[in-house]
Amino acid sequence: MAKTNNLFLEFWKGIIKENPTFVLALGLCPTLAVSISVANAVGMGVAATFVLLGSNIMIALLKNFIPDKVRIPCYIVVIATFVTIAELSMKAYSPALNRALGIYVPLIVVNCMVLGRAEAFASKNNVVASILDALGMGVGFTVALILISAIRELLGAGKIAGFVVTKNFAPAAMIAMPSGALLVIGLLLGYFNYLKEKN
Amino acid sequence: MDNKLIIGSPPHVHTRETTARIMWMVTVSLVPAGIGAVVIFGLQALWLTLWSILAAVATEAVIQFLSKSKISIADGSAVLTGLLLAYNIPPNAPFWIPIAGSCFAIAIGKMVFGGLGQNIFNPALVGRAFLMASWPAAMTTFCAPLGKADAVTGATPLAALKEGKIVESLSYLDMLLGLRGGCIGEVCIIALLVGAVFLLIRGYISWHIPVSFIGSTALLMFIFGRQGAFTGDWLFHILNGGLLLGACFMATDYVTSPLTARGQIIFGIGCGVLTAVIRLWGGYPEGVSYAILMMNAATPLIDRYTRKRIYGT
Repeated sequence: MAKTNNLFLEFWKGIIKENPTFVLALGLCPTLAVSISVANAVGMGVAATFVLLGSNIMIALLKNFIPDKVRIPCYIVVIATFVTIAELSMKAYSPALNRALGIYVPLIVVNCMVLGRAEAFASKNNVVASILDALGMGVGFTVALILISAIRELLGAGKIAGFVVTKNFAPAAMIAMPSGALLVIGLLLGYFNYLKEKN
Repeated sequence: MDNKLIIGSPPHVHTRETTARIMWMVTVSLVPAGIGAVVIFGLQALWLTLWSILAAVATEAVIQFLSKSKISIADGSAVLTGLLLAYNIPPNAPFWIPIAGSCFAIAIGKMVFGGLGQNIFNPALVGRAFLMASWPAAMTTFCAPLGKADAVTGATPLAALKEGKIVESLSYLDMLLGLRGGCIGEVCIIALLVGAVFLLIRGYISWHIPVSFIGSTALLMFIFGRQGAFTGDWLFHILNGGLLLGACFMATDYVTSPLTARGQIIFGIGCGVLTAVIRLWGGYPEGVSYAILMMNAATPLIDRYTRKRIYGT
């Protein structure tokens, strides 16, 4: 019973306590770049979760065979494999989303969140725990992206998930610009840290 | 322990000046320009200004209430921010423009840094930059002054200049009185001068920033004239755009400008050069607000390198 509880915690921590975006502040580059609409955010979140899951499983399996000195290049090879799979699948099945996300899909290779989980978690834990860690982190990343992009889409384009809310509202274009992304992320980071302090 | 030491080290200088008094004095010095704007553009200028002040004060009060800190709206700084923001928008802007701008100016420009005295950038200009980036159309459509409605449109003389038109119909007297298109507070040069002289005489601002700011802009505009070097119409560039309003009332903000006289001159020249560069080669016809914001960012650095050496250290 205690064991299942621990495993559940491995999953749950990625969403709240160690949320990659709001607490660990990892993977901010794609967060800034793609959080312009909820559709992009979901696409990016799913792609990153897939890569995270694949790389965590492979690295947890291979951790005893990888020499310590060359572990980072080895991790990168594993991660790059999964990123290529994700990118080619996206190109094949959802070209519009691929165009919207652009360079940021291949850039998942150097996403510090993926590498960070490989280095900090998968290389020290077993496969099951690594899977749950990857799922938790992936879901946490996706939820954070959706939250940021929902705010930016509403204020910056006057839409919710692609649907126009009201035509009488002149959206603040600045929120849809990169500066708006920094602003929204900064305010949300501050708010979540305030909540953490309070508890 | 530190918090119990409420008295600074002696000598204790007694003065009537408080933050609140200074803020209200600057506000009073800006009133003539507002009256001028109402005469030039009609009552809509007054309503926009009131909306802006109301939104600024309300935002500050709400944030301080929510964060359970002392409500300090009576110190006049929020009123001044709202007033300055309103002076930076066109007189025919929709009423929600000053409201959105003031909320942003106070919340993001001031309160997130910790309130008065902590902000890096001039809050009113943060609000203006936000409005310019968000609703550029509403911020760059100017109406003509009353009685001049038959004029082409209300494009500001600087905007006309940027498009390559020659502004002939405007005499220096018109510019001095403010009979041109422009933002609410920037047009009536005479009224701004009255306010600035009042502040200078009473010692609320020093001459360093305004003189170096306006002087360096005028010099560069004179050098890089349209008909060749040293032919520029420098007086036109002083009397147009927000140069006087920015140099005398916004660049001199205590919180966001350098402390020493030397630092203030560096700050003023930096503002002046950036303004001239934007006016000459930039994408916008006017660059005063961005110039001040950029130099605001440089203020901590300037303060660091112009610190006075204390004897014996």
